Amino acid sequence: MTHVAILGGGPAGLAAAQAALAAGAAVTLLDEGGRLGGQFWRHHAGITDPRMQHGFERFERLLGSLERAEVHSGAAVWSAELRDGGDGGGGRIVLRAVVGDADAADRRPVVVQADAVVVATGAHDLALPVPGWTLPGVTTAGAAQALAKRDGVSVGRRTLVAGAGPFLLPVAQSLALVGATVVGVHEASRTGALARGWLPKPWELLGKSGELAEYVGALVRHRIPYRIGSGVVRVLGVERVEGAVVAQLDTQWRPVPGTERVIECDAVALGHGFTPRLEAAIMLGCEVEGDRRGRFVVVDDAQRTTMPGVFAAGEVTGIGGADAALAEGAIAGFRAAGLAQDDPRLRDALRVRDRMRRLARRLERAHGIRPGWTAWLDDDTIVCRCEAVTKGAIAERAEVPLRAMRLATRAGLGPCQARTCGRAVEAIVAEARASAAVTGAAGEAVGGANAGAQGDGAVGFDRRPLLAPVRLGELAEPTEPASDENRNEAWPSGCSA
Amino acid sequence: MRIAVIGAGIIGAACALELAERGAEVVIIDRVGVAGETSSRCEGNLLVSDKGPGPEADLAIHSNEQWRSLAARLDEARTGGQPATEFEAKGGVVVAFPGGEAELRRFAATQREIGIRAEELDADRLRATEPNLSPEVALAIHYPDDAQLQPSNTTQALAATAIRRGARLVVAEVTGARTEGGRIAALETTTGRIAADAVVNCAGPWAGELGERLGAPLDIRPRRGVILVTTPMPQRVFHKVYDADYVGAVGSGDAALQTSTVVESTPGGTVLIGSSRERVGFDDHPGVDPVRAIAAKAIRLFPFLADTALLRSYFGFRPYAPDHLPVIGEDPRIGGLFHATGHEGAGIGLAPATAELVAHAVLGAQTTLDPAPFLPSRAGLGVAA
Repeated sequence: MTHVAILGGGPAGLAAAQAALAAGAAVTLLDEGGRLGGQFWRHHAGITDPRMQHGFERFERLLGSLERAEVHSGAAVWSAELRDGGDGGGGRIVLRAVVGDADAADRRPVVVQADAVVVATGAHDLALPVPGWTLPGVTTAGAAQALAKRDGVSVGRRTLVAGAGPFLLPVAQSLALVGATVVGVHEASRTGALARGWLPKPWELLGKSGELAEYVGALVRHRIPYRIGSGVVRVLGVERVEGAVVAQLDTQWRPVPGTERVIECDAVALGHGFTPRLEAAIMLGCEVEGDRRGRFVVVDDAQRTTMPGVFAAGEVTGIGGADAALAEGAIAGFRAAGLAQDDPRLRDALRVRDRMRRLARRLERAHGIRPGWTAWLDDDTIVCRCEAVTKGAIAERAEVPLRAMRLATRAGLGPCQARTCGRAVEAIVAEARASAAVTGAAGEAVGGANAGAQGDGAVGFDRRPLLAPVRLGELAEPTEPASDENRNEAWPSGCSA
Repeated sequence: MRIAVIGAGIIGAACALELAERGAEVVIIDRVGVAGETSSRCEGNLLVSDKGPGPEADLAIHSNEQWRSLAARLDEARTGGQPATEFEAKGGVVVAFPGGEAELRRFAATQREIGIRAEELDADRLRATEPNLSPEVALAIHYPDDAQLQPSNTTQALAATAIRRGARLVVAEVTGARTEGGRIAALETTTGRIAADAVVNCAGPWAGELGERLGAPLDIRPRRGVILVTTPMPQRVFHKVYDADYVGAVGSGDAALQTSTVVESTPGGTVLIGSSRERVGFDDHPGVDPVRAIAAKAIRLFPFLADTALLRSYFGFRPYAPDHLPVIGEDPRIGGLFHATGHEGAGIGLAPATAELVAHAVLGAQTTLDPAPFLPSRAGLGVAA
């Protein structure tokens, strides 16, 4: 029997599990969350307002389908490897995790050996740095959303939501539902970009339209002002947030001088897009493509990556939202379990995936980060929060190779390992190099594209040889992949491997 | 004299500075930039403790002295946002577990004969020196001359100082050489031709490949090394502490994974643990085996590390020659071509002495070192004139 391992319990991972099980495979699903559902279906029974949940029946059906799967919640997967074939037992994919609370003394090691793996590790939200963004009261839009959904808590009484993309809308709605006054939603993209992205084929939005209409309705009901071509360029306050300066942004997201105005608020939720979580795919050897504005795992029509037996689905392959993730997950799960591409069971998912992919490309055209944003930074704005590294320090060392720059400034070397600042640091370096090239100071000396024979240029900050923090004692533990016998013991009854 | 130094790692940067200060017109050529590879992917060890009597020990002892004044000079000349070398003469402590005492004692005795300070610590002094060390340790020897620096930043400082002395940095890939009458005349690069009276190959693990492009192949291969960094810890490791089994591993020709565990605290409170050795070509997927093996050994030395979270790991490629000695001097086949590579895991420590030998070979500068054991024409390299 084919054994399919799945990394991630969000929409893509759950759909992959359901499909692989339906196709007759044995499934092991590893998810870092305490509850399955990922960011999209983050919830807390009894607390979460049902108006914040979308497609929850689908979620419940997916959960119901997992009866025959081995599921590890609270699993920090710290390594994902492809072993050389011919070792005569088990699959070639080896995943290592520790299960339990991050600070617990007795986290349990789990080693999964499988024939195929679906990487459905999702994305985390991306907030670009803004002067004042380290003040208490500033959160990412995703954090504001998570607190509202899971804990029923608002990050402020008067909250400003700013950034780019349709995700700002449900965040504003959630904040309003948990009692905050949302003083405005500021979308950086301008009419032109939005029109190019949204208008040409409005029927493609049908899948999303119900959800979107609901959000827009919520804005109206809660009297939330929605501004386009506008962004937070400075957060004000001494001890905590007291207000924010918003300004009009041009098509490249540069603030337009003279348009600044102050909005009083006690919280700011920033969300400029998403950063896919690529490290597991990179550790498995999968090719990624793109640049600092968007770097994703390369997949074909079957959701196969460039490595044999490794599939990817959901936001790691392109920011497309939950419907795309569900469809891609299903395709990946079916294919990982051994079904052919023309198997009728794949048909619906393929159709939805192709439509949602087109939509995703349009969303990127409409809302994708534009390079002019670095103009709102001051030299002393902290960009890397873990190590308190400023924009000025990064720009000053921009001409040296990325690795050497990090070691000199310590940008991205702290506990989050550049998960928060990586994209911003790369943008600042690129901007500084470009302006140095214009003034002739560095000339061709700084071509980032071919920087590094070891691929730092290709994957930037996304290569992380350890996928999650793990204690040395847990690392050293002599755990070998479970043999088939051991694995069966851990499985629910009724399952035959 | 126009000298092209190929490679802007620690060896190339040190050579460029030495040659520029002696009045040569220096151009540094690197395909990535300063400290883009091996020199930003290593630990910054300046060790004498791991050297047994022989030519490499002579180089290490000489270099160790040079680093003290060189690091101070680089830090004084620092400008603007340039980071410090973080040079620290912290000393090393080499330990043996039960059964290994006699071997370590014998090794230390041979080191004392060539002037390396090596002091055996009794139980009380050991506890005072490294309070968190495992009680299982049977013997510890203190090497006061072992030191540490931040290799990437130091390479940047060397290059910046060389550039202030008139050297030029060109980021380009060298594709070939033009020779005239058996002597080097110019380099072909991806950004054009660079005329040179002498060329120094400081391409580290890529020195063999580069030699081939220049018409002078060299048997230099990469050895992969993985290093671990923990989250900041309240416990401190005050010296460079390592297990004596390191001594055997460096010279080993075995291709399989080997590990030693040099454990030390950094100024930021993180603990740096390295490193492994694997001869697997330029394979850039080290996987978890080296990490796990290093972790197990580090915990044996410092039990508190079992509960310490690993923050990150990184790896790099070290250049080694078949006889495990650095290759420094003129190529016997092409006049005006010099090599300075093959330093394995010791390039940071050996950089100043290497630069001195290069200045001797290229410019005829004086040296008290014996260049003969390192020459590319030596028997162990198989390079025929």
